[in-house]
Order: sequence, then C-alpha cells, then structure tokens
Amino acid sequence: MSLHLERLRKARDEGNLAALAEAIPYAQWMGMAPENSTGELLTRLRYRPDLIGNTHLPALHGGTIGALMEMAAIFHLLWELDNETLPKIVNITVDYLRSGRPVDTIAKATVTKQGRRVVNVSVEAWQEDRARPVAAAQIHFLVNAPT
Amino acid sequence: MSEISTYDGQPLPFEQVAKAIAERRSTYGRASGLRIDRAERGEAWTSLPYQFVFIGDMESGVIHGGVVTAMLDESCGMAVQLALDGSRSIATLDLRIDYVHPATPGQPVLADAECVRLTSNVAFTRAVAHHGDPADPIASSAGTFMMGTKGSVIQAQTLGARFAGGPS
Repeated sequence: MSLHLERLRKARDEGNLAALAEAIPYAQWMGMAPENSTGELLTRLRYRPDLIGNTHLPALHGGTIGALMEMAAIFHLLWELDNETLPKIVNITVDYLRSGRPVDTIAKATVTKQGRRVVNVSVEAWQEDRARPVAAAQIHFLVNAPT
Repeated sequence: MSEISTYDGQPLPFEQVAKAIAERRSTYGRASGLRIDRAERGEAWTSLPYQFVFIGDMESGVIHGGVVTAMLDESCGMAVQLALDGSRSIATLDLRIDYVHPATPGQPVLADAECVRLTSNVAFTRAVAHHGDPADPIASSAGTFMMGTKGSVIQAQTLGARFAGGPS
C-alpha cells in the first residue's frame, strides 16, 4: 500500500476528518472539506468569489459544483471503505437542477452499488435547503484496481 | 427572458462574440488559468496550464477529475456562445464525462469543444480533453445547455462597455 493511502487510512482510524482534505491539494485550493457534525459524512464547498461562473446573477460555476460532487464521493469512499488504492474515477454524469447561489454548497454521497472492482455512487448537492438540491450526480469508480 | 428582448434585432457579428468571450471569463475560469486559444463558429479550443493546486493524487501528481470537469463545462459553454449571436445567456443542464486516461502530471490540458446542435431551447455539445493529440484523449464529454436562461447576455455587456467608455 502506498504511503499516501497509509496516511489517509491513519486519518480515518483516528477520526481525523481534516487530515483527509489536507492530503488533497485540489480540495484545499477549492475550499472543499468533509464534516460529520450531524453524524453523516457531508462535504462542504465554502463559498468564495473565485467560484462564480456567471457574474451577472451571480451563480456558482457549474464545473465547481461537479468537482464538489466528485470530491464528496471520494471522501465518502475513503472514509467508508477499505481501499487498497485511491478510488479512480471512470465517469460522472451531473444534472444541474438549480443555479447555485453565492453561498456554501453541501454534498452527500451514497454508495448505490458496490462491486468487487466498480463502485456506483450517487451524490446530491444543496445549499440552504436540502429539499431543494442544486445538482445530482452518478459516478463510477474503480476500486482496488492495480495502478 | 425579458432581458433578451432588449437587444432584439441587433445580433452581434461573430468576431464581436468571439472577442467578448475571449475577454470575459468566468471568475473561476480566470482563477484556474483557463485560456481560449482559438474560436470558430460553434467551436472553442482552450488550454489549462498544470498547477500544483490541481493535484488530486499526491502520490502520482495526477490532477483531480474535477479540474477537467470544470474545464470541459466552461469550454462547452464557450462553444455554445460561439454558435449564438450573443443575445442569449446559457446554463449547463447536464454534463457527462468519461475519464478515459489519467492526465500526465506537469502537462497542460487542452480541450476541443464543439456545439453539435442548437434547438430552440437546448444546445448539445461534445468535447475532448487531451495533451496535444485529440485522438488520444484524457477525457471526453457530452453536455447539454439551456438557452435563454437568466443571467448576463454578451450583447448587453458589449454594448454596456461601449457606453461606459464615456462620450466620444
């Protein structure tokens, strides 16, 4: 097992959620971090003006919401499953349901189906009201695949 | 869609639409360093230099899939705007991305995006991300965009900028 994955596992075993995000530069740069204060693992994309796509509305960049959903799925898999390797994304389908306002966005991942090699994850993202999602995604990951 | 009718009858010439798109970048697009290298009607060629902050896997230095997602989303949006006359604003409806090959660490990512079909409400796009050879892609995407959504209109911005320049 790689040193990097070893570090992620250690973070999980110690319940150190912050260390998970710190190990991934893109998560840090984007301001995405996992949290579990409510007992479920959520990933928050902290709002900052750099995330705007449409300056007129203003609305969050669709791509940043897509990135959040992928990150939420990876955090979830690292936290919940015993992986021998980092989950490797195969594909993602994002449906944009509402425009993202300039506030924090929260994403929750659920494993729809876990196979031996492939995991199917669905992710939902919302802002202030969980009943009004801004986006939904289906993602396939390869897990435990030799690199 | 009332904002659209304001500039009815004054479609912008393609050159002006292309210039406006090259100058106006989403805030995220600018922050990430995304550039438009070439524009044709309904087609955009973009590039994104490699940055340490894009890394998703520290072990290998491979960039996070989300970096490619955001790049293809924006590049396809540009391709749609390049197929229009600047009178309508657009929003992503859905985006599907296949990550066919990991990106090479240290290499810039190039994207070729194309608007394949315009209907009255929906624009259909396709794109590939690669390192120089589109036949050997890192990722490919299919996405749809709603047209005539709320938001800024290129015509309004361009005309606004002209008037904001003061009396000539």
